[in-house]
Amino acid sequence: MSAVIDTHHHDHAHGPAKGLMRWVLTTNHKDIGSMYLWFSFAMFLLGGSMAMVIRAELFQPGLQLVQPEFFNQMTTTHGLIMVFGAVMPAFVGLANWMIPLMIGAPDMALPRMNNFSFWLLPMAFGLLVSTLFMEGGGPNFGWTFYAPLSTTYAPPSVTFFIFAIHLAGISSIMGAINIIATILNLRAPGMTLMKMPLFVWTWLITAFLLIAVMPVLAGVVTMMLMDIHFGTSFFNAAGGGDPVMFQHIFWFFGHPEVYIMILPAFGAVSQIIPAFSRKPLFGYTSMVYATAAIAFLSFIVWAHHMFTVGIPITGELFFMYATMLIAVPTGVKVFNWVSTMFRGALTFEAPMLFAVAFVILFTIGGFSGLMLAIAPADFQYHDTYFVVAHFHYVLVPGAIFGIFASAYYWLPKWTGHMYDETLAKTHFWMSFIGMNLAFFPMHFVGLAGMPRRIPDYNVMFANFNMISSVGAFMFGVTQLLFLFIVIKCIKGGKKAAANPWEGAEGLEWTVPSPAPYHTFSTPPEVK
Amino acid sequence: MLRAAITWPVGLSLSVLGAQASAEWGVNMRRGVTEVSQSVFDLHMTIFWICVVIGIVVFGVMFWSMLMHRKSEDSKPATFHEHLGVEILWTVIPLAILIVMAIPATKTLIDIYDADEADIDILVTGYQWRWQYQYVGEGVSFFSSMSTPRDEIGNVSDKNPNYLLEVDNPLVIPVGKKVRFLVTAADVIHSWWVPDFAVKKDAIPGFINEAWTRVEKPGIYRGQCTELCGKDHGFMPVVVEVLPQDEYDAWMAEQKEAAAKEAELREKDWTLEELVERGEKVYASACASCHQPTGEGLPPMFPALKGSAIVTEDMAQHLDIVLNGVPGTAMAAFGKQLSEVDVAAVITFERNAWGNDTGEMLAPVDVLNAKEGQ
Amino acid sequence: MSETQSNRRLVGKLVLTVFGMFGFGFLMVPLYDVMCDALGINGKTSGTAYQQEVEQIDSSRTLRVQFVATRAEGMSWDFGPEAEQLSLHPGETREMLFLAHNPTDRPMVAQAIPSVSPSIAAAYFHKTECFCFTQQVLQPGESVEMPVRFIVDPAVPAQVKHLTLAYTLFDVSERMPDKLAAAQAQAH
Repeated sequence: MSAVIDTHHHDHAHGPAKGLMRWVLTTNHKDIGSMYLWFSFAMFLLGGSMAMVIRAELFQPGLQLVQPEFFNQMTTTHGLIMVFGAVMPAFVGLANWMIPLMIGAPDMALPRMNNFSFWLLPMAFGLLVSTLFMEGGGPNFGWTFYAPLSTTYAPPSVTFFIFAIHLAGISSIMGAINIIATILNLRAPGMTLMKMPLFVWTWLITAFLLIAVMPVLAGVVTMMLMDIHFGTSFFNAAGGGDPVMFQHIFWFFGHPEVYIMILPAFGAVSQIIPAFSRKPLFGYTSMVYATAAIAFLSFIVWAHHMFTVGIPITGELFFMYATMLIAVPTGVKVFNWVSTMFRGALTFEAPMLFAVAFVILFTIGGFSGLMLAIAPADFQYHDTYFVVAHFHYVLVPGAIFGIFASAYYWLPKWTGHMYDETLAKTHFWMSFIGMNLAFFPMHFVGLAGMPRRIPDYNVMFANFNMISSVGAFMFGVTQLLFLFIVIKCIKGGKKAAANPWEGAEGLEWTVPSPAPYHTFSTPPEVK
Repeated sequence: MLRAAITWPVGLSLSVLGAQASAEWGVNMRRGVTEVSQSVFDLHMTIFWICVVIGIVVFGVMFWSMLMHRKSEDSKPATFHEHLGVEILWTVIPLAILIVMAIPATKTLIDIYDADEADIDILVTGYQWRWQYQYVGEGVSFFSSMSTPRDEIGNVSDKNPNYLLEVDNPLVIPVGKKVRFLVTAADVIHSWWVPDFAVKKDAIPGFINEAWTRVEKPGIYRGQCTELCGKDHGFMPVVVEVLPQDEYDAWMAEQKEAAAKEAELREKDWTLEELVERGEKVYASACASCHQPTGEGLPPMFPALKGSAIVTEDMAQHLDIVLNGVPGTAMAAFGKQLSEVDVAAVITFERNAWGNDTGEMLAPVDVLNAKEGQ
Repeated sequence: MSETQSNRRLVGKLVLTVFGMFGFGFLMVPLYDVMCDALGINGKTSGTAYQQEVEQIDSSRTLRVQFVATRAEGMSWDFGPEAEQLSLHPGETREMLFLAHNPTDRPMVAQAIPSVSPSIAAAYFHKTECFCFTQQVLQPGESVEMPVRFIVDPAVPAQVKHLTLAYTLFDVSERMPDKLAAAQAQAH
């Protein structure tokens, strides 16, 4: 390990290297952060185009554009790319850029490993996307890849899918180790744990979740690999295995995984709402404890994804009660955000718009989550579009709006320019309307009985599906506007002050905008 | 910002209205036709309304702040940032609400898990991509495949109201009787769902799951497979016909008779034309989803039959594959799923369709001999 | 302690945690089996013969036991119970024959997987002898009668009035190359 845990050199005062090799070999947290963010945005567009294929096929009943087998590959890769390629790397990118700046550290603790963990990602997703062009097609068994559909009945490309998951998993684990080491070892003097900004806190907890569950995911895909190629029977009933065990192990990873995707967004929003309310965050301490409580509970609720597999009633009751409990710490967070806004002096620049929409829409996703927790009702909701609506409400206005809010909030720091506020507001409203049009009707068709992951549906679901598709196209096209806004902001615009936001606080606003290539070479004083 | 303030309450009240007008608009869960489905529906609505009330309170405070505490309103920000009393209160109150929700939920769940004796037991087996129903103890068993014509799926002809929710042989059960479903699968995981009964159970290969229902109202109830099970996951509906007891008894007697008739049919002298005609229908329901209506298949997973050496030459191997499947591939053993007449018909059809004009035919009796002689 | 050292120690611990959790993933396999046995998840029953003494017969209760058979995809054997149900008292030892016939022209190896419903009863269903403990080998056209002997534990919860014993028969010829080769040698 000694090669990886090298010391960093506090003496480079020079800027970045020139040319392409700067990006290949860089160990600078800001460069790597930018690469993560660009990569995740590219994956967001790719996964988004797959969503467009899905919505185009579902625009009307009947099969028009794609065949069912390709449709299944689209739903599967859309999910995998969005989860592992878009949302998670975006948050790692934000962590890379902002955590050292927020805790007064000169760089990440393990800069070379940082470079390596980024460069694994393009390989992982290159491999994953290449399976779509292989004989028999790419993964077609859903992002949850339940055995035996993903083992005995999988297309031959499943082996490459497994390797892609392994690579993405190793990358996340290394990223998490790096973040933990940075936060625990590189805080500026005086920056005690309970003085850390909430974004740092939520990322610390997220990183521990990653360390705990990504290896379990690696384990489960390894078992699949062994079942497929080495004649074991982990998930094959014929050899004494059990396909339901796959689901238990998968969701032991999978449920914490959904919190991995949302906790950093909680953190970011907890930075942004106080800044634009010009009022300190309400209940900092309870925010920290609530985050920790959510992380803890995420380990004991996994079987609520499997209420219909035939769990004994005691198990159903346990997982139902435990799941309902998550509403308590989540509620505390929402109440704290609302109280932060209460009696503040609010302005609504783009980061605040996204943050406010985050709170409202995430809460709606939370409500449907609470409904899904009720086991008897879940027998009706399970694997319908109601579930699709639920997790898109949690992930799109949750994770993705959290990322947009963060991006607008910190773009001035990254580029030294203010973004175009009018365009950014347009981006917000188009995204907001598109997203609600796309996902709200899904609640209705789900309740009315439309199962998820189907390429065609009965005529009674036609109207709402058409509305969903229109909303999805609107949301999709709008994201090109975001690309334009970011490029425009990099190229120029109003010069940003060190702290462009009246109410923003924290070490990151004490350095000039754009942040110099090396910051905090001597640690700042924290009062 | 005023726009957001208007959009949301409007959106919220729309969704509330939506729930009100549920039955007509098809935007809400169905109340269903069993005691369990009705208590599930009540549970669903109770929790929905609790969420609406919480939402109104929380979003109300939020919109109040957004409207009244704006910087442009000359609002001076307060500086408070904690209050232990309030924080305890909003931890305890949600906890209390959750307990209130948990009580009826637990009660309904216990009802669903009732293991008392049933009047009828039906073994439901999921296959890629059809269901099999076996009446345990009655000796009656049949497959149920989607019957929606390919033309409707391909947008060639208009879609009927039961598009994708219709089958050739629906499951038939009597009204008012407790029916137990033993659910399993032969290949991958499926899930058997009838919304009107609030019954959804995963069908897991190698394992058996149990669910039950007692339907109060005769009628035809439709559902779908709800666990991704491969290519035609969207095309394996569940249709249950609930009949009054006497009609059910008559139906059951008919089924038993039909089995006897089947044997008679087997002995009949078939012509090539008759077999091809029958085989075309069998092909459409059992084979066309993989080998395609054109017989061109979807290589490499599903090989072409058009021009295939097996289909145009080696009849014995052709029969063997249809009867026993090909291990390690998607080709299932149809020997148990199709009658001898249907196997003979579909083989004859395949050997004479799409330019495979071999002119050869296979008699049902040969299929029977092949099955027994092996 | 220097920054490098503290980094190294922390990373060491985290890497150990990662490997530990990877191992934990695999540990979930035996843990799951223990949970299944204890709770009867999936109606799993023990894979070995029940050895304990037969308890008192509880003649005050009569249970109905049903037998169902499913063939997994690709399995072309005829397979089913001799009778679809029987009645018994808890504690009584009973037997049921399952009939299997290999209609194909090749030797085949099969494995039957038992499952009991309702799942709360699975832990009380004891098999003293079962064809599912081993694989079956049948030559082309061969038939066999396979017994299962079982006891329903008198401790079975009162709410259980019936039990279903389901077998799914899998073709494991490819997974058992040794047995298949032996059978093929015998056939020639």
